[in-house]
Amino acid sequence: MLGIADPWVALAYLLCIVSALLCLVWGIIKWNQDDPETEPEEEIRQWAEEEDRVGEEL
Amino acid sequence: MSIWMIIIVVAYLGVIGYLGFRGFKSTKTATDYLLGGREAHPYVMAMSYGATFISTSAIIGFGGASAVFGMSLLWLPFLNIFLGIFIAFWLFGRRTRKMGLRLDAHTFPELLGRRFKSRFIQGAAGVIIFLFVPMYASAVLTGAAKYLAYQFSMNYNIALFVFSVIIALYVVMGGIKGVMYTDALQATIMLIGLSFLLYMTYHKLGGPTAAHQALTDMADQVPAKLQAAGHRGWTRMPQFGTPLWWTAVSTIIMGVGIGVLAQPQLAVRYMTVKSGKELNRAIPIGGVFILLTAGVAYIVGSLSNVFFQQTVGEISIAVAKGDVEQIIPMYLQAATPNWFSVLFMLTLMSAAMSTLSSQFHVMGTSIGRDLIEESLGRKSKNGGVLATRIGVLAGILVSVYLSYAIEIKFGKTGTAVVARGTAIFFGLCACAFLPMYVGALWSRGITKAGAIAGLIGGAASSLLWMLLIHEKASTALLLCNTFFGTRSLAIQTVEGKEVFLSSGPIIWAFVDPLLIGLPISILLTVLVSRFTKKITDEHLAHCGMMSE
Repeated sequence: MLGIADPWVALAYLLCIVSALLCLVWGIIKWNQDDPETEPEEEIRQWAEEEDRVGEEL
Repeated sequence: MSIWMIIIVVAYLGVIGYLGFRGFKSTKTATDYLLGGREAHPYVMAMSYGATFISTSAIIGFGGASAVFGMSLLWLPFLNIFLGIFIAFWLFGRRTRKMGLRLDAHTFPELLGRRFKSRFIQGAAGVIIFLFVPMYASAVLTGAAKYLAYQFSMNYNIALFVFSVIIALYVVMGGIKGVMYTDALQATIMLIGLSFLLYMTYHKLGGPTAAHQALTDMADQVPAKLQAAGHRGWTRMPQFGTPLWWTAVSTIIMGVGIGVLAQPQLAVRYMTVKSGKELNRAIPIGGVFILLTAGVAYIVGSLSNVFFQQTVGEISIAVAKGDVEQIIPMYLQAATPNWFSVLFMLTLMSAAMSTLSSQFHVMGTSIGRDLIEESLGRKSKNGGVLATRIGVLAGILVSVYLSYAIEIKFGKTGTAVVARGTAIFFGLCACAFLPMYVGALWSRGITKAGAIAGLIGGAASSLLWMLLIHEKASTALLLCNTFFGTRSLAIQTVEGKEVFLSSGPIIWAFVDPLLIGLPISILLTVLVSRFTKKITDEHLAHCGMMSE
């Protein structure tokens, strides 16, 4: 198949393409879909401030 | 170097400098980014995502490895796309992000440590990462230095030195701050470049089917040594149960393919995105990106055999004189216009820089934050800051030394060193962290003791296997030879000839540490959890694990 001698190798070749297409289709469908529940802003703020501190240290 | 090369190099550096400056000026802190209303342009966002998925080692190292092993390695990009992107972002990403925020975790060890309420886990995971990231980093360094050496016809050691100095400066000057624009540019060039390379390769060789067929027809030209090891041609899987089969399938394909799920740098990325929406959007971008970069490198790497056969009458590995990492650079130079290969080289160099700088970042935080500050509780007197900086410096030095030593040890022997160094790191991450990580996200039943048992058991068994049994690693690491006078305990010398111990199709010296360490780690995690104290409902609720 496709000039590839071993069906297992041809399968890998096709699966690469198919799985990338799966990612593409899945992403297009869910492009604007957010999590049903969002985190409280306070939680994010606390996390972000700590993250900045970690970055500063480096 | 021609005048065109100089113009391209200068222009590229100018653009990168400008974008870096622009990024630096508008650098936003995590607070600004996560809470501020402003958003990056979707294209820039998308492409900078892309850049994090590609590494130079994937192109140079694994592309070169496929020129030797053939298209059977395409199972790896499939696993990278399906597990590393789709499953990782869809299933792992969402939960990791939520849990990371709830637990105020900023590194992968911290997430695991807080989830299981164990400072030991955070410290031990930090140490494992700190000790083994250099192996991965040196693989990236080697790939970049080899390309540089080839492109500018300079000595490898000089190229390594020059590149290391540039990296050190880059990291010291703030490294990954505000690199979104430069990342986006790199990714764009990489994407266009590799798509063009694939089109051109197929076009030259008469289309996909004809090109593959030509490669299939070359099966009789596989070197005798590779044939004896199980190579059956570049479009066939290696013979089942041969040394080559075990290396391709257990080390390169499974080691990296599965290990990608428990990568400390990747887990951190999930937490730094703005919302679940962005995780969704990363999936199509990442999937297509891996296909068009890594996937293409593997296909082109394999097909370079046909190209070199038709142009110089030799297969790739012979043209590169046994130096696997030189194959892709040589192919680019021989098959593409000069300006293209120079531009491509610059892109690969800067991609290597951003990969390396994030690796050094992980090394620094693993020692400074995870071990010193959190696990040992030394928050005062800026102990963490100092340790982080020493950690980064030590990491850079060790990685450079490894790249130097690896070249001396393996340089021209035809072993895909870059691919193997990456595989060892990925495999170890899987053995040490994957069972606990899956447990942390999905299971209420995994206990602190279970997680620790899995971590220690997985890491220790895969390390011992690496040091004493796995032929390629144990030979290089010399420990087995020092203590037992043989390069692997699974090799016996009978009448002056080496005999590999085997059980049916299993040749023990070629079985990857992952296949030993991961089952042991899973087993220990589950078994010990059954008999030890459960984590309280209160803490599980705090982690966001709702009771069923």
